[in-house]
Amino acid sequence: MTRSALRTRAKATPGQRLLGGIGEILITLGIVLLLFVGWELWWTNIDAGRTQSQVTSQFVQDLNMGSPGASNAQGEADEDFGTAPITTIPDGETFGIFYIPRFGKDFAHPVTNGVGMDVLNSVGIGHYPDTQEPGEPGNFAVAAHRQTHGQVFWNIDKFQDGDKVYLQTRKGFYTYEWRDTEIVHPSQSEVLLPVPHQPGAEPSASMLTMTSCHPPFTTRMRIIAYAELESWRPADAGPPQEIADLVTRTMEN
Amino acid sequence: MYAWIFSKLPGPLWFRVILAALLIASAVLLLMTYVFPWLSQYSPWTESTIGLMLL
Repeated sequence: MTRSALRTRAKATPGQRLLGGIGEILITLGIVLLLFVGWELWWTNIDAGRTQSQVTSQFVQDLNMGSPGASNAQGEADEDFGTAPITTIPDGETFGIFYIPRFGKDFAHPVTNGVGMDVLNSVGIGHYPDTQEPGEPGNFAVAAHRQTHGQVFWNIDKFQDGDKVYLQTRKGFYTYEWRDTEIVHPSQSEVLLPVPHQPGAEPSASMLTMTSCHPPFTTRMRIIAYAELESWRPADAGPPQEIADLVTRTMEN
Repeated sequence: MYAWIFSKLPGPLWFRVILAALLIASAVLLLMTYVFPWLSQYSPWTESTIGLMLL
């Protein structure tokens, strides 16, 4: 290559410089998009996980329960405490902790009133405000993300026969047993009715309905898991034996 | 564009390299605190609720 050829190459024409600039911008946009995917799928989990464990330990400490699981909880493990009372839900507040062993041996996440992104993106599980309260006949319905922002309900498709869902509120511990799971369209709000899919029906059971998106990483459908209130324990009787360790660990965190 | 920015940075080469890294870091921080949370509402992964029209 001659010296003059090298010089013309080094000195780009305005057209070439423009193209080069556009190329740089496109590469930048590509990198920013990759960063966004990384942020959404990875960073939001770290961020929301930290918020949720803070809210959880704050809530459990506020309940100020002494040390359950140590003395009295063992002896009366099977005691029947009758009908569960209703936990009234204050506007926009965290009112309970969900313990779901099937979702992970350390699964303890707060549940807060409201299903706006302000709730789901930070504190995790949100209660549909127009549905019933825990202990009330009807449908106590909650939502959480399947992935991103703590991916609280990532394992919602893993429920098996006999699986329990525990809810701790200031009244005590509600034990729900998983019934079934279905996949519906995002518009099918009849799953939130007092008796799911039956408008106007009079509820007799206290249901817990958990909703999240499905399949993972899409918003095409919703996955709905139903559980039914099976028993309850007042706060001073201590947690059910199955989660006594988990509750103690959550309190110590 | 980037070559032009780099040539405008003051100081010796090592200083300009550090400065460029700082500029990139602050751009990423800005994206993470403001741009991505806003963009997140259009992302396909964050819808998990059911329509509330009937209730």
